[in-house]
Amino acid sequence: MSTSTTLEAPKSGTWDGGNEPMKASYGKLMMWFFLLSDAFTFGAFLIVYGLSRHAHTPYTGEAEAFTFSTEWWPIPEKVFNAFPGFHGVDLPLAFVALMTMILIFSSVTMVLAVEAGHRMDKKDVEKWLLWTILFGGTFLACQAWEWTHFIVGTDEGMLLPDGSRYYGASMAFNQYGPPLFANLFFFITGFHGFHVTIGWVLLLVAFISTVNGVYHKRGHYEMVEKIGLYWHFVDLVWVFVFTFFYLI
Amino acid sequence: MSSTDISMTRDTHHVHVEHDEHHHDQNFFEKYIFSLDHKTIAKQYLFMGILWAFVGGFLSILFRLQLGWPEATFTFLEPILGGWIQNGKLDPEFYLALVTMHGTIMVFFVLTAGLSGTFSNFLIPLQVGARDMASGFMNMLSFWIFFVASVIMFWSIFIETGPAGGGWTVYPPLSALPEAIQGSGDGMTMWLISMGLFIVSQLLGGVNYITTVINLRTKGMSMTKLPLTIWAFFLTAIVGLLAFPVLLSAALLLIFDRSFGTSFFLSDIYIAGQALANTGGSAILFQHLFWFLGHPEVYIVIMPAMGLASEVIATNARKPIFGYRAMIGSLIGITVLSFVVWAHHMFVTGMNPFLGSVFMFLTLIIAVPSAVKVFNWLATLWRGNIRFTAAMLFAIGFVSLFISGGLTGIILGNSALDIQLHDTYFVVAHFHLVMGASAVFGMFCGVYHWYPKMFGRMMDEKLGYIHFWFTFIAVYLVFMPMHYIGIAGFPRRYYNWTGFETFNIFTDLNTFISIAAILGFAAQFIFLFNFVYSMFRGRRATENPWHSNTLEWTTPVLPGHGNWPGEIPTVYRWPYDYSKPGATEDYIPQTVPFSKTQSSNLPNERDFE
Repeated sequence: MSTSTTLEAPKSGTWDGGNEPMKASYGKLMMWFFLLSDAFTFGAFLIVYGLSRHAHTPYTGEAEAFTFSTEWWPIPEKVFNAFPGFHGVDLPLAFVALMTMILIFSSVTMVLAVEAGHRMDKKDVEKWLLWTILFGGTFLACQAWEWTHFIVGTDEGMLLPDGSRYYGASMAFNQYGPPLFANLFFFITGFHGFHVTIGWVLLLVAFISTVNGVYHKRGHYEMVEKIGLYWHFVDLVWVFVFTFFYLI
Repeated sequence: MSSTDISMTRDTHHVHVEHDEHHHDQNFFEKYIFSLDHKTIAKQYLFMGILWAFVGGFLSILFRLQLGWPEATFTFLEPILGGWIQNGKLDPEFYLALVTMHGTIMVFFVLTAGLSGTFSNFLIPLQVGARDMASGFMNMLSFWIFFVASVIMFWSIFIETGPAGGGWTVYPPLSALPEAIQGSGDGMTMWLISMGLFIVSQLLGGVNYITTVINLRTKGMSMTKLPLTIWAFFLTAIVGLLAFPVLLSAALLLIFDRSFGTSFFLSDIYIAGQALANTGGSAILFQHLFWFLGHPEVYIVIMPAMGLASEVIATNARKPIFGYRAMIGSLIGITVLSFVVWAHHMFVTGMNPFLGSVFMFLTLIIAVPSAVKVFNWLATLWRGNIRFTAAMLFAIGFVSLFISGGLTGIILGNSALDIQLHDTYFVVAHFHLVMGASAVFGMFCGVYHWYPKMFGRMMDEKLGYIHFWFTFIAVYLVFMPMHYIGIAGFPRRYYNWTGFETFNIFTDLNTFISIAAILGFAAQFIFLFNFVYSMFRGRRATENPWHSNTLEWTTPVLPGHGNWPGEIPTVYRWPYDYSKPGATEDYIPQTVPFSKTQSSNLPNERDFE
């Protein structure tokens, strides 16, 4: 009898089927795998950035004597030194540091929203989602300002060989350095911003659903958790974009 | 928290199933068009794949006519080609468009979507013991995005400037500059949009396949009890998931170069003596990005075929697959290696020779897992009680083609030899055998074998034999001579070669290849007839016509929504208990517990589970 029972039962270990071996629902797994593939998309862009930058001559002179030129890749601190309301003041990387802080704060509030969801605390989920939406929206607004400033350009512009000056940036030419500098800036921060926008819309939908009690009736706030995974990923990508574009 | 999640998901799932058993009020659109059922979606992929295969095959016949009879005039083609043929002569740019579209269609739309899309969708839930894919909605979305991509690609063939003409690899600067050739105009824009959508569709499908295999295996279906088909689809999906996004990156950057004036891939270009403003980009960079997908792509194409062939060979040799774990291990080996060999496509593009030797070394290592697989297939056939069904013939044909094409891969993988062979017909012959024809054979083997489960009827075996022998012989007659002219230096992608004294001596061989290609293409209509005819008039199938062990054969003849009418079966054993000594029959399905097979149980059988 005992032998037949051992012969009868299939094993029931973690990977023996009939369960969720990674302790995650299919929806969460899908989100993880999507993020993995999205990481490869961003990875490819950052490699393009690295190789393009490597192919250009770096600026080798004194930092104080730096001027914009198509001959060399610009020093990021000299490009991103503007701050809204402080026209003409040299504040290297101050604005982007603020943007980054805001995005990181939005990640913190996102964690709190997910945690509140675990406790099935509808009011708290609403509160923290709203904060996340607010911070996310602020980040996007900051990026819009930064793009505008980048496109319009500085007062000095770039001195061209014929003595005239070129202001701002387009895809074909920009005042900061070689064309690829602006191309990559627009493309990569734009692609990231596109991701943030999608995440922001998702958050908005999740907020409305939470207010309407959709998740509460469903019995779990997994949707908030899934959007949370995406939001953290977008945040993490920004850390890399920030490092590549602004710090190095 | 996570444990509550599991029970919640199960409960909802259960409710869902009951719901479907009680209500059968789906309308036509829900049932056949925007269906969420994996079996219907698989058939949709199969029909699209077959449709595309005939389009892609037809295009190849057009350019084979040009290559086989370079001096002839094809006035009879004027009614269908219109402006693309002048006084019976094919437009040279149209020739380039033909090769480009043949490659794109065959690689992506037939052998990626048609093969993975059909069989991953059909077999994963059935063979792992699931009611459906993890997300039926995303699965449906995946197909319809693929459909839109197909429509755009097909449409591009009919626009005035013609479809993309820069080769299926769409290397810039040629593909990035609309003024370069007609094929870089609107056709290329549509190519890029279509491929962008195609990648999205593949990613949606891919996360679904992976998640289903991880989360939805039935009780007892451990990873080492999975049929090799599932292992192959699982790893294929992983390769696709990691490789396709990089092509998406490359395509997006190329779209910006083409339409928004960026210079990612462009630098120092003169058109008609005029310098372009673009500066600073690198065309080689695109090749790296492209081949980071492009190389894994050939494994995305071949691995499902390997899985299907493994399953069909074991079933029809009535023997356990030889080296089950080695088969899994070699698939994993191929998966990993597929990501680190891409630059062997770029040996002659001006890459550092040292880098070339690194990639050569890694490339040649792929011969090891490939040889393991071939050895195991042959060892499975060895002294087997072989039943030569049409599916089995195609599976054996697959092994044959894979060996023939694989051997030349070892030659081409050498960076020094590649200097002579690059961009010759030797390369064309190599990859058509090893991934083109053999993946098509894998697909045919799958269609013949699983047709009874798909449509509840059998395909005609006799027509299957005729189809097989014509196809098999035609494939060898086409590609064997190609090796020869390739070694002689005959270049790819040349519209007209009669101007070169050296190549004129190959006129006869080229004509021979073209005749064989036309015969091979004609033979496919036998399949088409068999496929359509059997759907309505074929012999009715039983539940398990091949006496196979895997779970899909425990479902009804035509499995309904949810696949199994009652409980999902539990799995007790691996899928390859064929001709087990002491057993009453020569197969023991996976659902039979060991307690029912006392006479054939081996002493320490379950120790390795």
